[in-house]
Amino acid sequence: MKPTYQQPTERGYYGQFGGAFIPEMLYPNVEELRQQYLSIMAEPEFQQEYQQLLRDYVGRPTPLFEAKRLSAKYNTRIYLKREDLCHTGAHKVNNTVGQILLAKRLGKTRIIAETGAGQHGVATATVCALMGMECIVYMGEIDMERQKPNVYRMRLLGAEVRAAMSGSRTLKDATNEAIRDWISNPVDTHYIIGSVVGPHPYPDLVARLQAVISEEMRKQLLEKTGSELPQYVVACVGGGSNAAGAFYHFLEEPSVQLVAVEAAGHGVHSGHSAATSVLGTPGVIHGSRTLLMQDEDGQITEPYSISAGLDYPGIGPLHAFLADSKRARFISIEDEAALKAVAECSRLEGIIPALETAHALAALDQLGAGPDDVVVINLSGRGDKDLETYIKYADAIM
Amino acid sequence: MTNRIKDAFDKKQKNLLNIYFTAGYPSLHDTVPLIKALSEAGADLIEIGMPFSDPLADGPVIQASSTVALANGMNLRVLFEQLKGIRESVPETPILLMGYLNPVMQFGVDNFCREAAAAGADGIILPDLPLDDYVAEYQDIFRRHNLRPVFLITPQTAPERIRRIDELTDSFLYLVSGPGTTGGANTQAEGVQEAYFQRIEAMNLRNPRLIGFGIGDKASFQNACQYAEGAIIGSALIRALEGVDDAPAAAKRFVSSVLA
Repeated sequence: MKPTYQQPTERGYYGQFGGAFIPEMLYPNVEELRQQYLSIMAEPEFQQEYQQLLRDYVGRPTPLFEAKRLSAKYNTRIYLKREDLCHTGAHKVNNTVGQILLAKRLGKTRIIAETGAGQHGVATATVCALMGMECIVYMGEIDMERQKPNVYRMRLLGAEVRAAMSGSRTLKDATNEAIRDWISNPVDTHYIIGSVVGPHPYPDLVARLQAVISEEMRKQLLEKTGSELPQYVVACVGGGSNAAGAFYHFLEEPSVQLVAVEAAGHGVHSGHSAATSVLGTPGVIHGSRTLLMQDEDGQITEPYSISAGLDYPGIGPLHAFLADSKRARFISIEDEAALKAVAECSRLEGIIPALETAHALAALDQLGAGPDDVVVINLSGRGDKDLETYIKYADAIM
Repeated sequence: MTNRIKDAFDKKQKNLLNIYFTAGYPSLHDTVPLIKALSEAGADLIEIGMPFSDPLADGPVIQASSTVALANGMNLRVLFEQLKGIRESVPETPILLMGYLNPVMQFGVDNFCREAAAAGADGIILPDLPLDDYVAEYQDIFRRHNLRPVFLITPQTAPERIRRIDELTDSFLYLVSGPGTTGGANTQAEGVQEAYFQRIEAMNLRNPRLIGFGIGDKASFQNACQYAEGAIIGSALIRALEGVDDAPAAAKRFVSSVLA
């Protein structure tokens, strides 16, 4: 089978990226998921339950909002896809709702997850509460400190939050801990991965569950602009789940320019960055072959970003393929520019974006979009969780 | 082609002890003295861990030793350099290299195998190398350098997959004792574990078996040996090396305590 952007091969490859590089201890779980995810997701009962939860619980469809003041400032037509209005405050819940239904059908009783900014952890804790399932969320000790409100939210929802203390004590290490938990509990546990990373079938599974974003975009664009296709779709990329969802139904539309925005931290080459598409080389991380930041010995480099959700040394294999084939354009945004974009979006549109999303907003002046171009930015989450960081930088951004 | 792993199992059919330690731990230049000490103390096979920053199948003890080893400056080039000449002092004991795929990929698979063979290694354990990828990209290279792959089997591994694994190697099968990463407490109910070991024994496989994960002292070693040709100890040795001045002496004491 020839891979396309939308469809990896049977073994999960997008070009040279993807696959399932896992210890034998995980093989039965991952194989079970691989064999079953497509048929379960195609079942009418699954679809009915999933669609109903998306509508009545998550609050879909999310609006596509024409940002007139931002548009005036950048002299183009900017639309914001309001994933921040999803229940729990970010796009992450689209995936967790789908995966919990999958986990139930696989007969699993215990859920584990990793989280960086806490948005995926909260979305997982939420659906576990809804379904009455045990929930354990791994989070880097540093991220627990910088995303305190989300730690409390998860606990309030009944989840146990376990601190990952190894390495950089951020998202990468939380992922390692979650994988180890899964190795130790192979029979009753489902691991809800929060991004388009990990062994096949996770990148494809998560992309399909997030694809609802671009599916709605096309319908809404047709209504509002007379065409389903915009000139630009812009989204931030850590692992890349919101970008995969925003790009999905435009992947095979060459007229649509896909723009993936990464965190450059203190500067792409400063040694404090998470701009994987620039700094990364092919390697294996967390079960898939993709682009990752590593040293010449193949040891994984500690990434850095002010935003916990983008603080990851790899990207999903689909994004590696998009970068490698130049189907998507990758832009790197430094911390300071992201903070400025937070203030700008807040003042001009009355929407306080998450720090992750702010990176996408900060790329607006680099697009080269003209006055008649339609630009859709995936507003992946709201900024409440980042208030403490915003307060810390108040003098700089206000 | 002859291989030291095969010879070791031919020579001694029961109670083989395979000892794991992390290269470059506790200090960078302990690697070679530890190999000599372990061999002298009676280890039948020696497994050298190639430290990796993100070891998925390892528990906290081995991960911490890898972090120390990396900080000490250990990497594949240094390891191969250190191992040069090891066969003069340890001529017979099989040496296996255990680690993760990414550092090997960056070194280059062919390069890695050539250097490993030249350094005297006999087998390779890469837990995150998928079987299909091994067959497609690694098998010929491994064979060319007479390096034997070792694959893991767990209580959840299906019988037909165990058969395939048995066909793909000519060394031994690494039976993971129960769910968990290295060094974990063995929490499986005894009957369940026994049934698993017996189920595998009844399959009459080509290769001998060593049981690993959660084996740490004389009692657990002897127990494991009832169900297989021997067992693998890693984390318990690493613990015994923590904070000692004379790592080789501590390693000898540890092996003696297991074999006493």
